[in-house]
Amino acid sequence: MMPWSRWLRPGDWCVVPGALALCLWAATASFREGVASSAVVRRDGAVIAKLPLDRHARIGVTGALGETVIEVAPGRARVAADAGPRQLCVLQGWLTRPGAVAICAPSHLSLELEQLGPGHDSVAY
Amino acid sequence: MTVSPIERARDVRIARYAAIAVGLAMAEAALPSPLPGIKPGLANVVILIVLARHGWAEAAWVSVLRVVVTSLLTGQLFAPGFFLAGGGALTSLVVLWVAARLPSQFGPVSHGVLGACAHVTGQLALASGWLVPTQSIAVLAPILFTAAVLSGLATGIAAAELLHRGRHRLDLAHDR
Repeated sequence: MMPWSRWLRPGDWCVVPGALALCLWAATASFREGVASSAVVRRDGAVIAKLPLDRHARIGVTGALGETVIEVAPGRARVAADAGPRQLCVLQGWLTRPGAVAICAPSHLSLELEQLGPGHDSVAY
Repeated sequence: MTVSPIERARDVRIARYAAIAVGLAMAEAALPSPLPGIKPGLANVVILIVLARHGWAEAAWVSVLRVVVTSLLTGQLFAPGFFLAGGGALTSLVVLWVAARLPSQFGPVSHGVLGACAHVTGQLALASGWLVPTQSIAVLAPILFTAAVLSGLATGIAAAELLHRGRHRLDLAHDR
């Protein structure tokens, strides 16, 4: 028994593992395999830029607080600079997986990686 | 209008708890965060203690004061971060109102975990519905909820430990 476990009451032993099991299920359900093909930049939910991930590029987009710089490279993308006070979306670094998203809330911007077309369930010859 | 000694003592107690919660939240604001929304939630230890010792109404006062004063001190009042924190806190308070009425088999740890998960739910709903309207924000949910469960567990254990010791110095006004 860990020393801290004495603070868990019988009901807590149901709540904590139950919550962790839900997290595991959510992580499994949201995991997407494959390779990202494009980076989509949205402001207030509307797409304002879409960049292919097969070449290097660096663009500036206008957010609610000023200019935000988006950088793409083969297979990855990131928010290189943002006018937000805490720079959380910048610190997130390079996104590589399809579905990965960086959110610059103060700027009302999001950067999301998309996969071209649906993934394949099976391949037959 | 006269204020009864009991009401005055309650107001002083709430103010002191809120001051401690704000102090913890300010210290936490200086810590780096790997992702938006991931924090240890140290101030929630105070909320859980107030909930256990003085009930939901006082916990709600402390929570609301903590959000407003912390936002004021960090220059985030009425910025998106303020609304995210406020939305998370209000959702958490609704869930804590229910959690406080559960049987005694559910203690501060359950309250901490449920409150933290509700906080993330409120923030995600507000972010995806208003700040950054996109379904893709759901991708962050597993990470944010896992962090919420772990921080809720830690804050719940800390609150249970402090409540058990009964010699913490949070309730100075009440003890004097």
